[in-house]
Amino acid sequence: MPILTLITFLPLLGAILILFAPKGKDNLVRWTSAVVTFLTMVLGFYVFFTFNRNTADLQFVERAAWIPSFGISYFMGLDGLSMAMLVLTPFLSFLAAVYSFNIKERVKEYFFFFLLLEAGMIGVFVALDFFLFYIFWELTLVPMYFLIGIWGGPRKEYAAIKFFLYTLFGSVVMLLGILALYLTSPITAANPTHTFDIIELSKSHGLMPGWHQYLVYAALFLGFAVKVPIFPFHTWLPDAHVEAPTAVSVILAGVLLKMGTYGLLRISYTILPEAAKYFAIPLLILAFINIVYGAFVAMAQKDLKKMIAYSSVNHMGYCLLGIAAMSTVGLNGAILQMVTHGIITGALFFLVGVIYDRAHTRDIEGFGGLMNKMPVYSAIMILTCLGSLGLPGLAGFVSEFMCFSGAFSSTINTNVFRIFTGLSIAGLVITAAYFLIMIQKVFMGPLNPKWKDLPDMTAREYVSIVPLIVLMVLLGILPVIASGISVKSVDALVMLLGVKI
Amino acid sequence: MVENMKLPLLILIPLLPLLAFVINIFFGKKIGTKAAYVSLTAISVSFVISLYLFFGLIAGVEKTVEYTFEWLNFGSTGVKLGIMLDGLTAVMLVVVTTVSLLVKLYSIGYMHGDPRYSRFYAYLSMFTVAMLGLVLANNFLLLFISWELVGLFSYLLIGFWYEKKSASDAGKKAFITTKVGDLGFFAGLLLLFTVFGTFNFTELGQLVIARLASGSVSVGMLNLIGILIFCGAVGKSAQFPLHVWLPDAMEGPTPVSALIHAATMVAAGVYLVARTFFIYVEAPIAMSVVAYTGAFTAIFAASMALVAYDIKRVLAFSTVSQLGYMVMALGVGGYTAGMFHLTTHAFFKALLFLGAGSVIHGSGTQDIREMGGLGKKMKITMVTFLIACLSISGVPGFSGYFSKEEVLSAAYNSGNLFIYWIGTVTAFMTAFYMFRLFFMTFTGKPRTEIHAHESPKTMTVPLMVLAVLSIVAGGLFVMGHSFEKLVYFGAEGAGEGGAEAGSHFVRNMSITAAVLGITLAFFMYYLKKVSPEYLALKLAPVHKLLSNRYYIDELYEIIFIKPAKGLGNFLFKFDQKVVDGAVNGSGFMTVLMSKLQNLFDKVIVDGAVNGAGWIANKGGELLKQLQTGLVQNYILIAVSGLFIIVLIRIIFR
Repeated sequence: MPILTLITFLPLLGAILILFAPKGKDNLVRWTSAVVTFLTMVLGFYVFFTFNRNTADLQFVERAAWIPSFGISYFMGLDGLSMAMLVLTPFLSFLAAVYSFNIKERVKEYFFFFLLLEAGMIGVFVALDFFLFYIFWELTLVPMYFLIGIWGGPRKEYAAIKFFLYTLFGSVVMLLGILALYLTSPITAANPTHTFDIIELSKSHGLMPGWHQYLVYAALFLGFAVKVPIFPFHTWLPDAHVEAPTAVSVILAGVLLKMGTYGLLRISYTILPEAAKYFAIPLLILAFINIVYGAFVAMAQKDLKKMIAYSSVNHMGYCLLGIAAMSTVGLNGAILQMVTHGIITGALFFLVGVIYDRAHTRDIEGFGGLMNKMPVYSAIMILTCLGSLGLPGLAGFVSEFMCFSGAFSSTINTNVFRIFTGLSIAGLVITAAYFLIMIQKVFMGPLNPKWKDLPDMTAREYVSIVPLIVLMVLLGILPVIASGISVKSVDALVMLLGVKI
Repeated sequence: MVENMKLPLLILIPLLPLLAFVINIFFGKKIGTKAAYVSLTAISVSFVISLYLFFGLIAGVEKTVEYTFEWLNFGSTGVKLGIMLDGLTAVMLVVVTTVSLLVKLYSIGYMHGDPRYSRFYAYLSMFTVAMLGLVLANNFLLLFISWELVGLFSYLLIGFWYEKKSASDAGKKAFITTKVGDLGFFAGLLLLFTVFGTFNFTELGQLVIARLASGSVSVGMLNLIGILIFCGAVGKSAQFPLHVWLPDAMEGPTPVSALIHAATMVAAGVYLVARTFFIYVEAPIAMSVVAYTGAFTAIFAASMALVAYDIKRVLAFSTVSQLGYMVMALGVGGYTAGMFHLTTHAFFKALLFLGAGSVIHGSGTQDIREMGGLGKKMKITMVTFLIACLSISGVPGFSGYFSKEEVLSAAYNSGNLFIYWIGTVTAFMTAFYMFRLFFMTFTGKPRTEIHAHESPKTMTVPLMVLAVLSIVAGGLFVMGHSFEKLVYFGAEGAGEGGAEAGSHFVRNMSITAAVLGITLAFFMYYLKKVSPEYLALKLAPVHKLLSNRYYIDELYEIIFIKPAKGLGNFLFKFDQKVVDGAVNGSGFMTVLMSKLQNLFDKVIVDGAVNGAGWIANKGGELLKQLQTGLVQNYILIAVSGLFIIVLIRIIFR
């Protein structure tokens, strides 16, 4: 069974189905989307549970010639680098689809774009042919643009255009890198054309001359850096997040950002290992800036959603730290961090949505004493914030610990790594500070009489949020259930990078 | 005992309070005040098990055991977590479960009628779970996890009455201040893991010695690791310079102060150093840092206790000071002494706090200036409080006497007389401020109109139990060296050797210090022969400095908090104006460029095209004029042309 094709195109099928829904049947559209995303999620879990963790080989491979004269093939597969994201993406998409039931305007179009987006995201994580990869990569852009631009907040047009142009700029530069790789791929008797095959390219480009690798790496890096986002390419993120509707923010933080870090691992690291090593220290420094800068700027925010958005900049920094380290622990940690950040920050954006839907404001200073009015909501929100600030016992701690530990023991340049990792640890205090300040202002103190009628969470909100909380606790207590997925592939990657352990 | 029964028993100790937490947090609303019984039942069983294992170890029936399981998998390596039972753990288990049990009993009365009654018990239970996990851990990572969790529940309990801003502020301050120390701890752990590749205490203990012998690890590295890990202890045990959170933490309900901020969590830092003593004995500089930090904190905090008027703040400074004592003991090599003092202190300080709680409950104020003469109305409270005061002051026969003397002996035997004298002076100050508190609270005439009453049985029974423990705990442990049997590091500890190794000098000095302190307080606050107000006036600058806690909070506000907030705001402006400014700027430039190009297109390019057309057109119009159709005109032009050509030929020949 071509399961990867199925899981990728099921949402697309759903999107097309929705187009045929008669006018005014909004609930039909909603439920169709819920069912489609649910089925996709089930498939995701099915793959996750049948995935063999004891091999670095590609699994569930599907391959067909597509445009042979250009060396383009329909090539999909899964390994430890992508498995985690393949299960997280449909999972978050389902929860976000359920949450989106509160969308009232242009429901049909909303879910059409939403499902299109899901197809694009899943495709990115399973495609192993550059051509295919790039199509999916760009496919995520368009629906996201409309989702922000139509259903967003007051400055939606600005945010949507900024997001679109910024990421498009990144991906165009990335395309140059891809073409450079394509055109320099060797032509042999067995392979009469250049190839877009990512796995094939990773075998041939490790031996490219240094400067060539550096140049291509830089081009690809720009594309990924915008997505992650890495300082100083991050300013589209707060705008996009603040304006995007809740469910879209969740997807943006939970999945879209990870396309950047995934790209670094899957493409930059495997195809250009020499350049990756060459740029490890700059990446480390950028990771440090992301962590500390993101934390400080988050502390200065008055808007709850913007604060969480900057906390994403902060948290993706941990991920980059693990990636820069190139050690087994660091890379495994980075992959786990992608998942835990997706879970925790996803939950945080849902939770911000919950309060915004009720109060129609996100001004941190404007709340106060919500703990007495909305006890369940407050408890969940505080727990999630604690998860985000890396409290042990919750998922975030495990991956942050691994990223730090990996960076600390990196053999690239031990002293430089130890210094910057040590400095990055300082970010943890700032992170704790901004979350605690926010918790105090929003939930503690006397109840602001303005909010005396706020109801607690609804069933729809529970369905969207509780699974994430459960997973956050579960992964925090028993991380071994997830940490083993990427082990073999990371081992292979570390071998390929040729970093001394 | 059958070996395969021990693991379930050990796990049961934290598991039962965990169960109580789950029940209380999810069904708290339904069960209401029954929440207390849920928590009490759970902790009682844990207490009995702990006691059983403890006596088993003393009797030599039980042996040290360890259990591990895989927690995290990095491929070839992984991290294992596990629990262990040895003498040190057993002592801590008994301390934690005893105090926890009594505090939970006490809280029935103290928290009576609180709208979040079940929540309070849920938090207390979960705190106990984390604390038990901390002492059961056989590795750094589980210890660190529990360490952070006790910090969380301390935060939640300090800010339990979160409607009050001062309470939520205090909780936040406690969390963030200890987090600063934890950064060092975390960095130390990373370094340790990088160097040794394991978190397991037993393995590390062997590795440290082996690697040191083989030269693959330097003493300098161990010093660094030791100091970094100690940073964690400085935060949790409120040592200088991170002591600032503990006095503020008194915003929490008093039972919380007794359990968390006197007996258990704050002692965790001391326990941490003791548990990882195998690093410190090989790291002389780290050891000195520990010793001097402890000694300085001891006298520094005691000085602030001299002038405080809030009954709980006096006790808080006293706790900081006594923790400094324990840390100092470890720093001079007195492993057994430090842990011994931790144990006795847990009992008498919990008693002091619960007694203070009883006073607050009965009188409705925390300011000792508004009290006075309460002893008549609160007999049990007064007597038990007096016992605790005698114990902490180090009056012979009471538990504090034995442990304090061991601490001072350890300092004396280590040869560091400077530290020894700091310890002795601190002992004097301790006796003084404790009895100042006692006399001002319980004796004399009532200074204000307060209708004090004795607290209910649920509150006085724990007081009495703790009073008994404050008397006998020391003696019991000294008898037959039972404490040393459980908690003994080995000959490496330089100050090791117990009380009798110290000279009579140490004993006499320690008694003298206690007697002097009590006498002075007696004269000043009971007989009122010396007016404290007069002294305060005479020594106004000193008094002001002490009352304002050396202005350290203000200093931190200026040098850390404000700059951090300022930096945040500055970076945000930078982000908006510069980083995003560049993005918007380039966007704007692009638009501008396209407009300019548009203009260029219209004016120049199009202009050129149109211009060419216009010229052709106009030229045509002009030339049209020549086409008159008259032959004579044509001939005239032709002749004129000829003429001009000839003329040119002549001129340019």
